[in-house]
Amino acid sequence: MSKFRKKKKGMPGISTASLPDIVFMLLFFFMVTTVMRETELKIKTPKLPQADQIQKLERKSLVSYIYVGKSKDASIGGDKIQLNDRISNISDIKSFIFSERATHAEDEIPYLTTSIKADMEANVGTITDIKQELRDINALKINYSTRKGSAIDNMK
Amino acid sequence: MARRETPEINAGSMADIAFLLLIFFLVTTTMDIDTGISRKLPEKQDPNIKPPILKEKNVFEVLVNRRDEILVEGDTYMQIADLREATVKFIDNGGGKDENGEECTWCEGNKDPESSDHPKKAIISLQSDRGTSYGTYISVQNELVAAYSVLRNKYANKKFGQDFDDLSDEQQKVIKKDIYPQIISEAEPTK
Repeated sequence: MSKFRKKKKGMPGISTASLPDIVFMLLFFFMVTTVMRETELKIKTPKLPQADQIQKLERKSLVSYIYVGKSKDASIGGDKIQLNDRISNISDIKSFIFSERATHAEDEIPYLTTSIKADMEANVGTITDIKQELRDINALKINYSTRKGSAIDNMK
Repeated sequence: MARRETPEINAGSMADIAFLLLIFFLVTTTMDIDTGISRKLPEKQDPNIKPPILKEKNVFEVLVNRRDEILVEGDTYMQIADLREATVKFIDNGGGKDENGEECTWCEGNKDPESSDHPKKAIISLQSDRGTSYGTYISVQNELVAAYSVLRNKYANKKFGQDFDDLSDEQQKVIKKDIYPQIISEAEPTK
């Protein structure tokens, strides 16, 4: 009789031996693609305007960032400018660009781009002052950082 | 003699360690790609150089005031949604000849003698106020650049049967330089 006794068939367990391989693969992918945030924002994170005529910024190592936005402290009005990791004045921009240039090879300098990450609410006057400083020291390539979207939404 | 085997290291917890690291990188990673409108600032000029004299009909004047209102050609109050079309119409007018005396054979505009002569001569002048909001300023810039993209794309499709972005660098260069050069001039903002 025992010959016909039904054998209790359990579900065969799925082998998890290759799980570490899969996880490692993912891990390496993220390790390679990750970019650590280099600077901490001292101003309120700028709400970037939207635009559709945008270009990708190639070669991040050649880009220096200027942040423009409101102070975190709500009682302080006006636009604040952040270079590297501190809030600065307009007049500091020149030395900021010079120090950026010093970290690059001579032949890369014409390709250095300044990316302006400014808040939608910022005044054009502030941006113009920045541009004037950049013109003074011949840092002519700029990029207005924007999100992808419809430009008409900026006006609302 | 009994052969002693080296005890194997238990690799069962490797997955846990890898997961921990994976989650750390997942959280810290920022995948955002920086995008934006690229512009080239004009070089600093000698203040003694007199600006070239331009015909008024070749200049498309866009003013943005501190209340984010747009005034075009000094008399038309315009919404941002209409700016692109108006700019295209101005650039593509082709009512006259360029500096070499050649007519614009590819223009599809109205050939209005009161508007721009030639895309090579057509200048967009943008003036804003110091109090204009940056969002509006970017919108206006975007629409002006878009007008040029529309025209370049149209020409590329007509001539090469391809979108402008799909053309070779050589072909793009020709269009950028000789067909629809982008001439956007920014004046000092009003105080």
